[in-house]
Amino acid sequence: MSEVLDLTVAQLVQKLITREISAVEITESYLAQIESQMHLGCYLSVWHENALKAAKEADSAGAPSPEFPLRGIPLAIKDIFTTSYGTTTCGSQFLHEYESPFTATCVQRLLDAGGIVLGKTNLDEFAMGSSNENSSFFPVKNPWDVSRVPGGSSGGSAAAVAARTCPVALGTDTGGSIRQPAAFCGITGFKPTYGRVSRYGLVAFASSLDQAGPLGLTAEDCALVGRVISGVDPKDSTSVAREVTRWEQPLPESCKGLRIGIPKEYFLSGIDPEISLAVESAARVLEVLGAERVEISLPHTEYAIATYYVIAPAEASSNLARFDGVRYAKRAAGVESLEELYLRSRSEGFGSEVKRRILMGTYVLSSGYYDAYYLRAQKVRRLIQQDFLSAFENSCDLILCPTTPTVAFRHGENSASPLQMYLNDVFTIPTSLAGLPAVSLPCGMHSEGLPIGFQLIGRPWDEHRLLSVGQEFQQETTWHSGVPIGILSSSSSGESSKARVDA
Amino acid sequence: MNYETVIGLEVHLQLSTESKIFSASSAEFGGDPNSHIDPVTFGLPGALPVLNRKVVESAIMMGLALNCEIRRSNHFARKHYFYPDLPKGYQISQFEEPICERGQLLVRLEEGPERVVGITRIHMEEDAGKSMHDGRAKCSFVDLNRAGVPLLEIVSEPDIRSSAEAAAYLKTIRRIARYLGISDGNMEEGSLRCDANVSLRPVGEMKFGVRTEIKNINSFKFVERAISYEVARQLSILKSGGEIVQETRLFDSGNGTTHSMRSKEESADYRYFPDPDLPPILVEERWVTAVRARMPRLPEDLRAMFIEELGLSEYDASVLTAEREDAEYFLACCQESKNAKASCNWITSELFGLLRKENLETAHSPVSAVDLGKLIALIDEGAISGKMAKEVFEESFRTGASPHDIIQSKGLKQISGDGEIREMIVSVLDSSPVQVADFLSGKDKVRGYFVGQVMKLSKGSANPAMVNSILDEELDKKKR
Repeated sequence: MSEVLDLTVAQLVQKLITREISAVEITESYLAQIESQMHLGCYLSVWHENALKAAKEADSAGAPSPEFPLRGIPLAIKDIFTTSYGTTTCGSQFLHEYESPFTATCVQRLLDAGGIVLGKTNLDEFAMGSSNENSSFFPVKNPWDVSRVPGGSSGGSAAAVAARTCPVALGTDTGGSIRQPAAFCGITGFKPTYGRVSRYGLVAFASSLDQAGPLGLTAEDCALVGRVISGVDPKDSTSVAREVTRWEQPLPESCKGLRIGIPKEYFLSGIDPEISLAVESAARVLEVLGAERVEISLPHTEYAIATYYVIAPAEASSNLARFDGVRYAKRAAGVESLEELYLRSRSEGFGSEVKRRILMGTYVLSSGYYDAYYLRAQKVRRLIQQDFLSAFENSCDLILCPTTPTVAFRHGENSASPLQMYLNDVFTIPTSLAGLPAVSLPCGMHSEGLPIGFQLIGRPWDEHRLLSVGQEFQQETTWHSGVPIGILSSSSSGESSKARVDA
Repeated sequence: MNYETVIGLEVHLQLSTESKIFSASSAEFGGDPNSHIDPVTFGLPGALPVLNRKVVESAIMMGLALNCEIRRSNHFARKHYFYPDLPKGYQISQFEEPICERGQLLVRLEEGPERVVGITRIHMEEDAGKSMHDGRAKCSFVDLNRAGVPLLEIVSEPDIRSSAEAAAYLKTIRRIARYLGISDGNMEEGSLRCDANVSLRPVGEMKFGVRTEIKNINSFKFVERAISYEVARQLSILKSGGEIVQETRLFDSGNGTTHSMRSKEESADYRYFPDPDLPPILVEERWVTAVRARMPRLPEDLRAMFIEELGLSEYDASVLTAEREDAEYFLACCQESKNAKASCNWITSELFGLLRKENLETAHSPVSAVDLGKLIALIDEGAISGKMAKEVFEESFRTGASPHDIIQSKGLKQISGDGEIREMIVSVLDSSPVQVADFLSGKDKVRGYFVGQVMKLSKGSANPAMVNSILDEELDKKKR
C-alpha cells in the first residue's frame, strides 16, 4: 500500500472519487508508515483507533465533494491546536496530560470538510524555537538526514509530511515556524495573511503574530487546505471577514507580466552560496514563465530580528501567565505557600527556551523599560510593514527571497547560542511582523543532500495570486517531488513507539 | 494652621448585563460555584475574548450622564498579576485610552452647598473571581462565577472636600446607575465598590499632601466613618509634626478605624500593554447619538422639571427622584390626577408609609400609580372626601382591590348634592334646639358640634366644604 504514500491530496481525492481506493485503505497505509517512521519523533500522539473509525465513516458517507472537499483525507495536527479528543501538550511538561474541552476552530473546519486526524505532531515547546529541539518530550529528526534538525517550531508537522506519514499537516507560523521547517524538509509551507485563519484553539505564543497554515507536498494541496481553514470566526476578534476564494484553482497565467521584487537587503553576506544559486534559479524559472524582476529595497530589514525578539517574548510572557499550577496542568507537589506553588510549578513545567523568553518578555514590558523596548519595537514594526506596503504599491506584485540562510543544521549545533538560533529566521520574521501571506517552495538540493527552499511573499489578502504562482512554478519544476532516501521502502524502523497511541 | 480635606473616589460598578464582558457565560449574581464559566472565563489555552457590545453601551451611557468626552478610539490593555482568582494571570482593563474622560458631576448635599466633582475617567474592565480562605482546612477555594463580569471603573478628581460629600457623591453615582438601568449599585452585595484616596493640605496650599488609599468600605455609612476617621488620624499626625506615609489602609467596620495593610509591597508593576486579542473600539458619532436617544431621563433633569414645571419644593423633588421607579410612579400618577402637589403628598406620606411598613418596593405597590391618580382626581371633583379616600387607599393597599371597586361596592361616594346636604343640616339643627340657642347667643364654637352631627348623619360622606357653606347659610337664616 505504499503507492498511496507519495500521493498528493489532490491525487488522493481523485482516487477516492473514482473509488480506486477507500478511505480506510488510505488511513491504514499512513498509520503503518507512522509506525515505521517512529524513530523520527514526528508524533506526540497517534489516534490509531479514532482515525480508523473516522475513515470507515468517510467511506460510508461517500466520495469527496465540493461540500466535503477533504472527505477521507488524513491529516496531522501540530500539538499546539486544542482538540477535544486526545491530549494537547504544546510540547510541554506543563500540559503533558491536558485534555481540552473544545476543538480549535481551524481543526474543526478540517473535520467538517471530512478530514481524518491521524495524530498530533511534535513541536518546539509552546511553538518557541527553530529546530524542534525544544520539545520537552523528544526531538524530531529530519527525514533527509537524521543527524539534522527538521526546523521549527512546526518540525513534527514538516517531518511528518516529508516522511510521507501524512499527505498534509497543520502547523503554525509566528516568525517562520511553518516556512523554515518546510524549507529544511523539502516540502511546501504556507502562512496566510494575519487574520485569515481563526486563532481560537491555537494556544497563544505571540497573539499579534501567530497564524495557522498547512504544510504539504504541493502548493495546490496547501491552497486547498488553506482555504478550508480560512474565514472569519466570531470567537476570534482578530479574524477578518473577507471572502475566501478557491485558492487551489490557480488564476490563469499568473506569472505573465508579474513584477517580482528582489529585496537587496536579503542578499547580503551570510547566506550559503548554494542557497543563493538555487533561489536565483527559481527567479529565472518565473521569468521564463513571463514574470519580470525588479530590485526593491526594504531598508528596515536589519531591525526585524531585534523587533521580533522584543514583541514576541513580551506577548508570550503574558500569554503564558495562565500556566500557574492552579487549575489545570501540572502542579508542583508538596508546596507550602502560594508563592511556592507558582515558582515551583512554573520552574518545573517550562523548558529553558520558554523561560528565557518569559524573562525577556517580562523585562521589556516592565515599568521604566516599556517605552524603550516594547513601544519602540511596535513603532519599528510599523516601519518594517511600511517597507513592504510601499514596495507593493510602487514596484512589485510579489516578493521573492530565500527562506533560510542555511540548510538544515545538525542537532546541537545552535543550541549553545540562542542568538545564533534566532538568526535562522532572518528571512521569515519580517513577513510575520508585517502580517503578510507567504509560501516556501522547494527549489533545489544542497550538495550535502539537504533540500533548499525559497519564499514568495504576497500583498495582504492576495493568497490566490501567491498560490497560483506557486502552483505554476511547481508545474515547471520537480523539486517538490523529492523523497528522502529510505522513506518509501517498506521496512519498519524497529524502534518502539515513543508517541502515545490510543489503541 | 488649618487643613482642608482632599478626597478622590474610585468606584467600581458591576454591570447588570446578561452575559460577561468577554464571553457568553452568565453574569448573574450567585449560582453554584463555578457554574457560570466557559473556556474564556476559565482562561483555558486557546480561548480568546470577544467584547460584549452592551458593556460599551453602558459605558457610553454613564459617560454621557457624567458629562464626559467619549473617546472615539479606545482600547483594552492587559494588567498583569498572579492570584488564583485571576485565571489568565492578567486582567483585561483599559489603561492609556479609557472610553470616557473629563466629565463632571453635580453633587447635592442634604445641607450645605452643592459641589461639582470632576470625573477623571471611566473605563471598562473584567472582574476577578472570588477566593474563600478556610483557616481550619488550611486551603483556599476559588469560585470563578464572578470572573469576567463587566465592571465600569469611575475615577473622580480629588475635588471632594468632606466625608459627607463623599457619601453624597456615591449616592449620586448609584442613583444615576440605577436610572440608566445598567447596575443596581448595591454596596452590600458588591455591585458598587468604593476605594477612597484621602489627603490633607494647609488651606490655601495648591500642592497636594501625601495621600492614603482606603479599601474595604461596604456601605454609604461606612464611607463617611472611614473617611472621618482617616482625616482625624492624618490631622493628629500632621499637627504633631509627623509625616503621612503613602500606603493602602483597610477599613475595619467593627471599630470604625483604618489600619495599614501589613504585607503590602511597593506599588506593583502591572506591565500594562495593549491587548493584542482585541482590536481598538471605534465609537462613532452615530452610535453615541443612538445611545443618547435611548437613555432615560436623568435624576437631575427630572428634579429640575418637577420643581420648575410641576411646582414641587426642592425637598419633595429630591425625595421623588431618589429612585427612578418613584419618579416614574409620580409622573404616571400626575398624568391621571392632573394634580402634582396632591400626587406628591399622597405618595410621600400615604404610599411610602405603607410601603415601608410592608417592606415593599414602589414597583411592587398593590395600588398602581394610575389608580392613585384616579383617586386623587375623584377628591378634586368632590366625589369623595379626603378622609374617605385615605380609608379607600388603605383598603386597596391591603386587599389589592382597585379603589374604584371599593368605592362602588361600599357606596362611599361623597354626598355633594345641595338638596341632600341641606336636608341633613336642617334635620340636625331642628333636633338640636339647645345648641342652636347657644350659637345664636354668641357661642361660635358650637358650630363644630353641628358639623360633627352632620358628618355622623351622613356616615362621613358629606362633602365638608359644602356642609360648611350650607350650614352657614342655614345658621344665617336662623339669625334673622
